[in-house]
Amino acid sequence: MPDNYMKVQRIEHGTVIDHILPGMAFDVLRVLGMSNDRSMSILINSHSKKGGKKDILKIENVELSVQEASRVALISPQATINIIVEGKVVRKFNAEAPKVVRGILTCSNPNCISNQKEPVTTEFRLGSDDGHHYVCSYCERDIIDLAKRVRW
Amino acid sequence: MRHVISVQDFSAEEIIDLLDRAETMVAIARGEAVSDLLRGKVLACIFYEPSTRTRLSFETAMHRLGGGVIGFAGTEATSVVKGETLADTIRMVSAYADAVVLRHPREGAARLASQFSDVPVLNAGDGAGQHPTQTMLDLFTIRSEMGRLEGLNISLVGDLRYGRTVHSLAIALAKFGNRINLVSPEGLEMPGEVVAYLKDAGKFGKACHTPEEVITDTDVLYVTRIQKERFPDPVEYEKMAGVYRVDPELVSRGPDNMIIMHPLPRVNEITPEVDALPQAKYFVQAFNAVPVRMALLSRVIGGE
Repeated sequence: MPDNYMKVQRIEHGTVIDHILPGMAFDVLRVLGMSNDRSMSILINSHSKKGGKKDILKIENVELSVQEASRVALISPQATINIIVEGKVVRKFNAEAPKVVRGILTCSNPNCISNQKEPVTTEFRLGSDDGHHYVCSYCERDIIDLAKRVRW
Repeated sequence: MRHVISVQDFSAEEIIDLLDRAETMVAIARGEAVSDLLRGKVLACIFYEPSTRTRLSFETAMHRLGGGVIGFAGTEATSVVKGETLADTIRMVSAYADAVVLRHPREGAARLASQFSDVPVLNAGDGAGQHPTQTMLDLFTIRSEMGRLEGLNISLVGDLRYGRTVHSLAIALAKFGNRINLVSPEGLEMPGEVVAYLKDAGKFGKACHTPEEVITDTDVLYVTRIQKERFPDPVEYEKMAGVYRVDPELVSRGPDNMIIMHPLPRVNEITPEVDALPQAKYFVQAFNAVPVRMALLSRVIGGE
């Protein structure tokens, strides 16, 4: 098999999200609100040159904004974003996990006041330690199973 | 405007300052001196959940400072049963009063209330969340009974997993330079993040399953109730509830100047025979709620 063999064709225009945590590609699509009417390729558990495995998403005709990229970082903080124009990478940046997330997530604590019928926007803060976790500003608990807590 | 939501919102200096202020309130709290510091002011005590000590001590604190109290204990006779949101209730109550004391069954309720209130909100317990004024009165009791708030061996006994009040207390005590022992039944151990905090701070003593293992090296034995509401299976609760019994025999094995504290209510974790011992300080602790809450009210309402 040649070195430049590719399981999935390169795209001419769009966004390649690389270094997604293995198995998280569908969750990334979910947090981006991408419906299945778009043309895209999804690689699951692909071999990573850095060792281990990763997922890759190639989404055609969509240029991800920095704001959208931060949503990706919520659940896959190591992901890199490559913007492709005419088959070439014109911009590459790391998805940066937002320090504060308002309104996108719901708290995983069923007894949190933010899960009741109150007129409030949820708010989560990135934990201050090294681990990638978010803490609810209301009940002060870590959010569990973050990918499933994204709402639209 | 200063809200009192979580003990973590307060620096060590602010807590010491508050305890000093509470000391000046003791004579007024006992009725030996009279104050009209908060005359003409109104405190709203809105309690969505049962409470004895917290509500009565806040009300006493306000009365002792010459102020008035409005509120409700239980939501049956209020618009809450008609579906009124906490946000709307707080907006309305904060228009009637100069401060709001809130107890609510949902975690984060006090934080939410502070966003909708025009006056200071004091958290009197939000579900399994925070209860900062309890921590402050615990610190006050330790300092007044032991003569200092640092360099003590403090053993926390009971349900250390679910009661977040005891988590905040452990962290606050470690911040003041005390060594913490953790005594809990299997399955109700202190959460890992609190243990990690104590270890990082160099203030972790010992974790074990029986108070006998730490009693000889304990200055403050802080006992908590195993909370029935945490156990879906009553048989499991009964098993856990009977695990610890602090009785005169156990107390006799501790140092003479050891004190015993309990946030109350107790069920059977401290036998009534202990009440008469000089080490028993839980009713003193309950009284201390008044001067500490007076100090808080004078600060948030009176600007003292």
